[in-house]
Amino acid sequence: MHSFDMLLFSMKAATANRSRTILTLIAMTIGVSSVIILISLGDSARRYVVEQFSSLGSNLLIILPGRTETVGGPPPLLGETPRDLTLDDVVALTRSTAIRRIAPIVAGSAPVSVRQLEREMMVIGATAELLEMRHLAMSQGRFLPPGDPTRGTSVCIIGSTGRKELFGSRQALGQWLRIGDRRFKVIGILGQTGMSMGDDMGEVVIIPVASAQALFNTESLFRVLVEASSPDSIDRAREAILTIIRTRHDGEDDVTVISQGAILATFDRIFRALTLSVAGIAAISLVVAGIMIMNIMLVSVSNRRVEIGLLKALGSTHYQIMGLFLTESALLSLTGAAIGFLLSIVSIELAAVFFPEFSLQIAPWSLGFAFAVALTTGIAFGVLPARRAARLEAALALAQR
Amino acid sequence: MIKLQDIERIFQVGDEEVHALQEVNMTAVAGDYLAIMGPSGSGKSTLLHILGLLDQPDSGTYELDNVKVSDLDEQQQAEVRRHKIGFVFQFFHLVPRLTAAENIELPMVLDGFDPAERKKRVATALEAFGLANRAGHRPDQLSGGQRQRVAIARATIMQPSVILADEPTGNLDRAAGIEVVNILEDLNRQGITLIIVTHDPALGNRANRKIEMVDGRIINGHG
Ligand SMILES: Nc1ncnc2c1ncn2[C@@H]1O[C@H](COP(=O)(O)OP(=O)(O)OP(=O)(O)O)[C@@H](O)[C@H]1O
Ligand SMILES: [Mg+2]
Repeated sequence: MHSFDMLLFSMKAATANRSRTILTLIAMTIGVSSVIILISLGDSARRYVVEQFSSLGSNLLIILPGRTETVGGPPPLLGETPRDLTLDDVVALTRSTAIRRIAPIVAGSAPVSVRQLEREMMVIGATAELLEMRHLAMSQGRFLPPGDPTRGTSVCIIGSTGRKELFGSRQALGQWLRIGDRRFKVIGILGQTGMSMGDDMGEVVIIPVASAQALFNTESLFRVLVEASSPDSIDRAREAILTIIRTRHDGEDDVTVISQGAILATFDRIFRALTLSVAGIAAISLVVAGIMIMNIMLVSVSNRRVEIGLLKALGSTHYQIMGLFLTESALLSLTGAAIGFLLSIVSIELAAVFFPEFSLQIAPWSLGFAFAVALTTGIAFGVLPARRAARLEAALALAQR
Repeated sequence: MIKLQDIERIFQVGDEEVHALQEVNMTAVAGDYLAIMGPSGSGKSTLLHILGLLDQPDSGTYELDNVKVSDLDEQQQAEVRRHKIGFVFQFFHLVPRLTAAENIELPMVLDGFDPAERKKRVATALEAFGLANRAGHRPDQLSGGQRQRVAIARATIMQPSVILADEPTGNLDRAAGIEVVNILEDLNRQGITLIIVTHDPALGNRANRKIEMVDGRIINGHG
């Protein structure tokens, strides 16, 4: 039997019963499109987060005080407490040639008030370098002036949300506000940068790092951002940081240096795993569709007993009948898959029009994955009905009306 | 040339054994015209199914055109059915979703004939069986007589050496029945071996030979 004739015969058989065909197609369509849509959403979310992070620059290193990595070996015998990471450390670090820029950060929350209005807000102590290192943009005024980081002046920059909450529609630039019991003059307002490194920059108040140290009454820095002089010198910068800090801290490695790339890779991994598990869940709906195809094919086989008996009488072999019924279930699942492809592509494209900020896209591999699962379930669940058809007793089937 | 030797067929129904065929011996030469007759349940259909390789005897041998077909495997038997045997049934057994022409074409499709040759043979058969203006009709748009003619056209399209007909007129009125018998006898005159199972003595008497069956045995000596 020519394969084209086989296809034609199966196609006629598959479409002979309209409601049966439509039912299977719907099940398969839903299964396939949910696989594609869920994978594409997960993948778009991953790309969104990764893009947000990569916009921070690829040669970024972050120094955290304290040793957070677990290392082998026994715990230190003497009770050593990690030393603070201080502004003096930062000044020492600027001498390394592997480091282009460095931004010390102190962070905490404090009550911020204008007249009677008081709000608890995130206060960040920083230096002029932060502006460019975190790709912040100003909408009004200017950022912290460059200069000696140990000098704390009474100026501040506020985020757009904070500006609205504190000043309403009034002019904020040049006004004074109170953080704790100190007064700061607003010299700039941040632009709409959205989320950056997980903090909502709309809600922060940025003041000079030395002022923040005084405000929170601490010498210790929350973290230090370091920009290596080039992407190739990241490792050199990391070495330099560890060596300089070690000599300054009596030979103790009491800071942790993490790179932007490492964080990015972690997020990438997490999102990939999430997408995969979502894909797995969606694939279950495909398997359910496969089981439905199996049921429908089983009913079809018992309804068509006479026809199968006849095919045998006309000289069909066991394999030919298996082939015909397998082709039929594969056709049903593949047609369902094709409709599911169209449906999911259209829905993602539509969603992308309505939510352009998330840059929604069909993940190409979701198409291949859905196709493979649809075909496999179509064939795997077609085997049982096809075998039943091939094993049918022709004489018995033909004796009935 | 058909040769059955000591055929036994036993069906297991629950705890009981039904001897559908016992010690059946028969021969038929090429171009023979046989009628198998006997009361209901005597094993006529079972015998026909074994002759058509749709059922396997529990013991005994079956020789068709000097090939011991009872020794062949499933694949080879399917091939013999395809090329040498044509079936005609009481209930026609046409595929309901296919047209008359497509039903006639089906054996050649299954065998992988070249489409051009298929079309040619179908056209000739439609003409020969008086179905030329019914080619595109589905079975439910045809009369009983027309359906049986389509079934006969399908049974002969592969030019078999044997036609096995189980009550071919059982579901037809008198006129249509006579028409069908005439067609089958025409084919027999062209050299095809014709074996008909029937309850109708008038039809049975037309055959060259009659095989009488009772309780799974052939009772009129050697068939
Ligand atoms: N598949 C089967 N399973 C069990 N018993 C069967 C089967 N096929 C036939 N039989 C039995 O074998 C015997 C012969 O059946 P068969 O169909 O050959 O009779 P028949 O002569 O064709 O009868 P009828 O004239 O009614 O068609 C009957 O007793 C029947 O019940
Ligand atoms: Mg019978």
